[in-house]
Amino acid sequence: MSALIELAGVTKVFHEGQHNALVALCDVDLALEAGRITVLQGPSGSGKSTLLSVLGCLARPTSGRVRVAGEVVSNLPEAFLADVRRRTFGFVFQQFHLIGGLSARTNVMLPAYPTGRTHSEIARRAAELLGQLGLEKLTDARVEWLSGGEQQRVAIARALINDPRVVIADEPTANLDSALSAEFLGILAGLRDEGRTVIMSSHDPRVCEAAVVDRVVRLLDGKVEA
Amino acid sequence: MRAWINRQSLLVDYTLSALARHGGRNLGLFVVYSGIVFVLASTMLFTDALRREARLLLAHSPEVLLQKLKAGRHAYLTREDLESLGQVRGVSRVEGRRWGYFYDPVAGANYTLMAPGVDPPDRGRIDVGDGVARARGLAVGDTLSLRSAAGGLFVLVVGRVFSAESSLVAADLVLMHPTDWEAFFQLPGDVFTDAAFTVDNPQEVRNVARKIGERLPEARVILREELLRTYASLFDWREGILLALAGIAAAAFAILAWNKASGLSADERREIGILKAIGWDTRAVLTMKMWEGALISGGAFAVGFLAAWVHVFHLEAALIVPVLEGWSVLYPRFVLTPAVDAVSLLTLGLLTVLPYTLATLVPAWRAAVTDPDQMMRGTE
Amino acid sequence: MIFQKSVLALLFASAAGALGALAAGPHALAVWRHWDLETGRARQLRLERRSSLVSTGMSLLLVVQAVTLLLFVFNADRMASQFVGAMCAVGTLQVDGFGFPALIARIAVFFGSGIWLAMNAVDGRCRDYPLTRPKSLLLLALIPLLALACGLELAYFRGLRPEVITSCCGSLFSSGSPAVTGDLAAWPVERAMPVTFVVLGGAACLSAWVARHGRGGLALGMAGLLAFVVALAGVVAFVSLYVYEDPRHHCPFCLLKAEYGYRGYAFYVALFAATAAALGAGALAPFAGRGRSPASAARLQSATRALGGVALGGFLLVLLMTAWQITASGLTLFPHG
Ligand SMILES: Nc1ncnc2c1ncn2[C@@H]1O[C@H](COP(=O)(O)OP(=O)(O)OP(=O)(O)O)[C@@H](O)[C@H]1O
Ligand SMILES: [Mg+2]
Repeated sequence: MSALIELAGVTKVFHEGQHNALVALCDVDLALEAGRITVLQGPSGSGKSTLLSVLGCLARPTSGRVRVAGEVVSNLPEAFLADVRRRTFGFVFQQFHLIGGLSARTNVMLPAYPTGRTHSEIARRAAELLGQLGLEKLTDARVEWLSGGEQQRVAIARALINDPRVVIADEPTANLDSALSAEFLGILAGLRDEGRTVIMSSHDPRVCEAAVVDRVVRLLDGKVEA
Repeated sequence: MRAWINRQSLLVDYTLSALARHGGRNLGLFVVYSGIVFVLASTMLFTDALRREARLLLAHSPEVLLQKLKAGRHAYLTREDLESLGQVRGVSRVEGRRWGYFYDPVAGANYTLMAPGVDPPDRGRIDVGDGVARARGLAVGDTLSLRSAAGGLFVLVVGRVFSAESSLVAADLVLMHPTDWEAFFQLPGDVFTDAAFTVDNPQEVRNVARKIGERLPEARVILREELLRTYASLFDWREGILLALAGIAAAAFAILAWNKASGLSADERREIGILKAIGWDTRAVLTMKMWEGALISGGAFAVGFLAAWVHVFHLEAALIVPVLEGWSVLYPRFVLTPAVDAVSLLTLGLLTVLPYTLATLVPAWRAAVTDPDQMMRGTE
Repeated sequence: MIFQKSVLALLFASAAGALGALAAGPHALAVWRHWDLETGRARQLRLERRSSLVSTGMSLLLVVQAVTLLLFVFNADRMASQFVGAMCAVGTLQVDGFGFPALIARIAVFFGSGIWLAMNAVDGRCRDYPLTRPKSLLLLALIPLLALACGLELAYFRGLRPEVITSCCGSLFSSGSPAVTGDLAAWPVERAMPVTFVVLGGAACLSAWVARHGRGGLALGMAGLLAFVVALAGVVAFVSLYVYEDPRHHCPFCLLKAEYGYRGYAFYVALFAATAAALGAGALAPFAGRGRSPASAARLQSATRALGGVALGGFLLVLLMTAWQITASGLTLFPHG
């Protein structure tokens, strides 16, 4: 069976052609199967976040080829890359990155704004997702009033609003205590059981060794360790 | 198409909420913007209305006017002159007109005293334009005493005050009986200040005017179309100066807008970064920013234009009259008929909305191309 | 007469267009030389980013150029009251030697902008941006055109002096005039009318075919251009006569006056829009076939179809208006017809 996401010879150079050029990813070959929870592990600066943004269509590789569901995306211009990204990926960031001053529901709805769906359709789906994550009472609360754990669940709901096949999480447990981390892993397991693929980065050994994790990929200095 | 509409409406939705959250920053800009639109729109509405007024006025004036000159100075026409001029081919009617200027020291203003050929007021009575009425506090039935240049005192009863609705120029008019007029200016009964000609065939006006000029070589012939043109260019010129000044203000404003738009707050920058990271593309952010510009400029345009409308048509353009109208000592209290045409609106839009949009485009684009992966970078 | 509001606005708009295109020039050149979507190198990413600015900015400026053509003509018509001898836009345009050249340059800018806007719109919808390079080449070509139009306009407005006695449509559009306009006015109605109807009808049929099949853009482009020229000639030769109900008044500009209910604007807007759409379809044609991705090919085809539809609508309107003009007019040129 072919992989959901395939990287072949992917290199990412920052500040290319300048004196401070930095090779963040070097000739990475990687295949990620659908329906699994994969963890990227590696020390700080090893390129985990960079790899997540390349395979999540947030950034284009400097060279090499990225395929998502069989489709080459590494040569897509930004507008279409964003389109693939919206349809395929949902993101959960370490800092949650919610927009203050807006309600939880509006925050969840935002990724769907450019898709052309109607407001009521998106709002309904957002309420549904917040309900599933146990936040039905807080849909209209402004996000800055929520606790850290609640904020993260809002961020997860937001990642799911466009019904993505893949959920990408960068260091999702770094800001959580161990109880919340365990809860978070439980939610991820639920997502996997719905048939979604989960890819996350972490240098937390408790996460890498957790029972729900299917696969761990180790990174060092921009290279994947065998 | 449906999807496009949904998308735009959601982007507008977001823009409105963003303006509500960070709008304070734009408030000063909005005020300056509305102010510029106000000045430009006031100028345009006012001069447009004046032009229209002058056109209406001149529409009733004769096609050709003749003033007799002697040694280069104004001289009176005699009845024989009129009879001879009436024989010019193409002229269907000649009318000798009698009028003169009078400086009224009480009001400190100039009046035009006129003895109409048809339907004049009775002896001892006058009809006055409402500028005169206002300057001397006159109502129908009041008396107006004028001391003529020769020293005689004339006490005249106001029979009628004509409304300012009709025109700008009639405000300083005083109509009187021909005999009163002759006595006031101490002129004989058969002299005329100038002659008005009616020409039936508009194509022939120029030719007729030339022939009239040949009859009385030492005379000045004035064509209505030339008057129209003079009025038009007079207004145009003054309007142009004001507009050029406003244009400089607009340029300064564009710089201000650029500055404001580039100086995104840290919060806004972060918001845009988040939007990009969660799936918005450059185009969506750019569109959102353009909507923001459109809402600001549309709002400022509407506010400025409405204020200008009220200013010009309800407050008598009090703020710009001193600049635009320099030829009359007696400020007529005139009520301009409210009107606006598409060209003026389009012009105003080109001169205000376009510079603003262009000035904010580059900063908006800078914000829109924020790297979406920046949100992945540890501490942001 | 620079100090007039519509003159200032027109000059500002065309200067903005020319300067904007000039500023975009280096980028267009870089795109032409280095554009390569296959890489994710820094330069390519920079080009792509800049492209989003250039395409938004130029779209805005070129739409403004199209609108100002209308304002330009409207302004000429209105200023006629300020010149001795001018009765309509022709009089104003003839006050100095730059009026008609400026108008022609504006028209060229209009069509150039239309083609660029069509290419830009299609390009943004295709994943492989198949028109980005040709589009920047066109932009490079538009720079001198925009600059020329701006310069001519400036010269024209500077030359508008109120003391000039100008001549109007009566002399320019009469069969006695030595200029090409005279020949057009002398074109016999019994020949001009069938030719105009056949050419316009042919263009409409071709548009319909293109609108259905999404092919044949090149032919439509050429037919559109021909129809444009013939329609303008037809206006001078006979449409004008029916409008004014005067067998000697051939002016194509008096149509724009309020006396005739501004019907000229409806007629010309339809004709110009149809022609621009036809030219746009023509400009897309060379890129339809060659080994593009199937998705892009489909996009190009549907864009060609849409442009064909616009052209069809425009030419039909022009035909209908012309026919209506003839039947509704009080003038009969063919007593037994
Ligand atoms: N936009 C950028 N510009 C320049 N250098 C960058 C950029 N993004 C990442 N880098 C560099 O690339 C290297 C890899 O960074 P990356 O963020 O992928 O590491 P990481 O494994 O996620 O580290 P951490 O565990 O600290 O999050 C680092 O040296 C980083 O400084
Ligand atoms: Mg990281």
